[in-house]
Amino acid sequence: MKKHIPHIIFALMLSSAGCKSDSEFLNQTPTNILTIEQAFKDPAQVESILANLYNRQLDFSGLDNGWASFADFSESFPSENGAAGIVQRDSWGFGEWGTWDYTYIRELNLFIERCTAATTLSEDSKRRFLAEARFLRANYYFEMTKRMGGVPLILKSMLYDFGGDPTYLQFPRAKEAEMYDFVISEAEAIKGDLPVAPNQKARATMAAALAMEARAALYAGSIAKYGFRTPQVTLPGEEVGIPAAKANGYYTTALTAAREIIEGKAGNYSLYNSKPDLAENFANIFLEKNNNPESIWVEDFKLKSGRVHGFTVSNQPRYGAEEEEGGRLNPSLNLVEAFEKLDNTFAPLPVTDGSGNPIYYDNLLDIFADRDARLAGTVITPGSAFKGRNVDIWAGYLLSDGGILTGDDRGAQKPLPGTTSPAVQVVGFDGPINGKEFTAQTGFYIRKYLDPSPGAGSRGTNSEVPFIRYRYAEVLLNAAEAAFELGQPAVAAGYMNEVRARAGLTIPLTAAEITFDRIVHERRVELAFEGHILFDMKRWRLAHIVWDGTRMTVADLTSNIGKATKRNTQPYGLWPYKYYNPGNPNNGKWVFRIVLPALVTQANRFRLGNYYSFIDDNIRSNNPKIVRQPNQ
Amino acid sequence: MNFKRHYIALLMIAAAFGACRKDNYDPPASDLTGRVVYKGEPVNVEYNQVSYQLYQYGFGRLGPIEGFFTQEGGYSMKLFDGEYKFIIPNGQGPFVWRQTPTGAPDTVVINVNGKTDLDVEVTPYYMIRTPEFKSAGGKVSATFRIDKIITDAAAKDIERVSLYINKTTFVSGANNIAVTDLNGADITDPANVALEVDVPTIAPAQSYVYARIGLKISGVEDRLFSPIVKVSL
Repeated sequence: MKKHIPHIIFALMLSSAGCKSDSEFLNQTPTNILTIEQAFKDPAQVESILANLYNRQLDFSGLDNGWASFADFSESFPSENGAAGIVQRDSWGFGEWGTWDYTYIRELNLFIERCTAATTLSEDSKRRFLAEARFLRANYYFEMTKRMGGVPLILKSMLYDFGGDPTYLQFPRAKEAEMYDFVISEAEAIKGDLPVAPNQKARATMAAALAMEARAALYAGSIAKYGFRTPQVTLPGEEVGIPAAKANGYYTTALTAAREIIEGKAGNYSLYNSKPDLAENFANIFLEKNNNPESIWVEDFKLKSGRVHGFTVSNQPRYGAEEEEGGRLNPSLNLVEAFEKLDNTFAPLPVTDGSGNPIYYDNLLDIFADRDARLAGTVITPGSAFKGRNVDIWAGYLLSDGGILTGDDRGAQKPLPGTTSPAVQVVGFDGPINGKEFTAQTGFYIRKYLDPSPGAGSRGTNSEVPFIRYRYAEVLLNAAEAAFELGQPAVAAGYMNEVRARAGLTIPLTAAEITFDRIVHERRVELAFEGHILFDMKRWRLAHIVWDGTRMTVADLTSNIGKATKRNTQPYGLWPYKYYNPGNPNNGKWVFRIVLPALVTQANRFRLGNYYSFIDDNIRSNNPKIVRQPNQ
Repeated sequence: MNFKRHYIALLMIAAAFGACRKDNYDPPASDLTGRVVYKGEPVNVEYNQVSYQLYQYGFGRLGPIEGFFTQEGGYSMKLFDGEYKFIIPNGQGPFVWRQTPTGAPDTVVINVNGKTDLDVEVTPYYMIRTPEFKSAGGKVSATFRIDKIITDAAAKDIERVSLYINKTTFVSGANNIAVTDLNGADITDPANVALEVDVPTIAPAQSYVYARIGLKISGVEDRLFSPIVKVSL
């Protein structure tokens, strides 16, 4: 009997466990997947879903999109050999800058539907979550509209019934104006549900919604107003192009929305003003994370969390860098000379005097004297410093006979003329040397977003400087532009002078001095490298004029500074040389030369077909209702 | 051991003979060539800027085969035999391409069967005729006549004419070493226009340049050009 006990136990176990009904046996609650009810049960859980949706927002330039997303448009030269294509192509592809992420749209729609249906969330948190998701959806549709024009406006999740006929899932493109109307109406609808919280930077707030609304309305208004410049860039169904009659309505909306922020209805925002040195103050807008009254909505990063970016690693001054790289973004002379003089006038950097003789400078910085403080806040010029260390940018010795003594490696050494030794340094450790990547091939490095904190320039640590998507200064400039277009130049001058005063331009502009050129100029210098230039030039319909594919001469470069239609097709550089002529009073002084970096072989050409990015043939053949973009 | 080696050799021979027999298509072999012409006269355009599209129906998803006209207005494609539909998209080229009543570009049906040559007829806004180039004293000068072809309501003004010179045979606004512009408003006699451009120092030195005249029509993106001419200095 004893030996049968295991058998009996086995039989008992079989009968107790084996005879479960099939459904009971197979229906196991998975331990690694949350059901929809579980996921939308508790606010912390919903936040983590929302965090994923926040992360999928699209930026034109993003600190985590790679440094090259800030390059291009002749505002800078790419000092990395693999990226030389940016200055060596004769036109942009029609597909460039396109986006078509309906997966993201679908997941936002699903989030909104599921969160609406959730039963255990408190009404307050539900309202905020829903408003945030709608904000993200509107902002992405805005981003799509900027690039593609009208797209199918899908506001609920769709499901295929496997019936063999998908036509009920095919939607045509909305009108471009309807897209902007959607963004504006969403912002109005959700602004009350979003918190008034100026210290909340990474999540949507009331101010973020209003800033989005102001920008979107301004874009729509300028497309309506300036569409006459490109009558070809339209479609008969208005998927592209906005009727001119709508311009004033949009400008009014933009001004109203911007004013709500300016008047403090969305919390206290103001221009960042906490450093006595104006250039440092300007650079700090982008570095200061907490207690920054200027930033409204940012893409945030955090050290040691995995969410960091290598912008500083890629672009720090190469000499003395924490890593064997850097120096990739070299702002062009085109941009540098656009920063105006403190007396509100435009002038090229004085390289030669009236009769064409070179000007000798005692100090490298002298040539940049008396300019807009934003220049030094945006660009590292020769003779200036980063992290307390001077950059070493100089191209070589200019000899008395006009010859040049230089080297082809960073900090190369050669004996001076008339001597055989000792060899002395004949070129800066930061270049400029043509074709030598990571050196300042235009003579400049970028300063915006460069993180001076220790370790930020090393690959192992990286940087947590945030990327500002909406900031107060842009809101002011949006308000100024809308007011100007509505025929209120005095109002426009007021808003613009606030931004300019912070940059050290203390002589206020009068109402009569506010012109379209001024508006274009102010945005270019204030918002350089913030992902605006392309979309600004597109909405003003200036892109095909400014980037017209024609090579620039030095005369082109140095004339008409501050004009909105000034050609800007090739990034020029400004190279300092040390004058070597012992016995001459100018010995050891600096002269500057305007050069076109040798790798720049082509000129930027913005074709009419570039105004709206190409819609892929696969998309159009899956959905024949989608019409093609014009001029492609 | 020996046996095994034979076995491997046998397998390799079998693979070499058996594998790639019938599973590949022949490559396309028929050439479709032609030019874009106005009454038989080629219309010269800029390299890589004016595009055309060929569609072939009946093979699932529809997408164009896209190509660009050469500087002389020529095009060429290597294709399979069959029926294709040819269009020039709206807004391309310094000319007018026939449109359907709804405003879509009209199609030309092309039956490709072996080597096919087909010139496509367009109506340019202007034509540059009898261009003559001369060089003297470090300058290249050109004289030419501008004929207005479209004179009805669709007519457009001349924005600018330009004389371009370059070291290579690619000559255009994007590829040149020197250029002289003349605004359309400053043209007194379209039947007799003269332009002159200084030849800059060319390094390495060469004793010739390529020259052509470009005509920018206001409201039209692509320029119209004259044929490229080699000018000895």
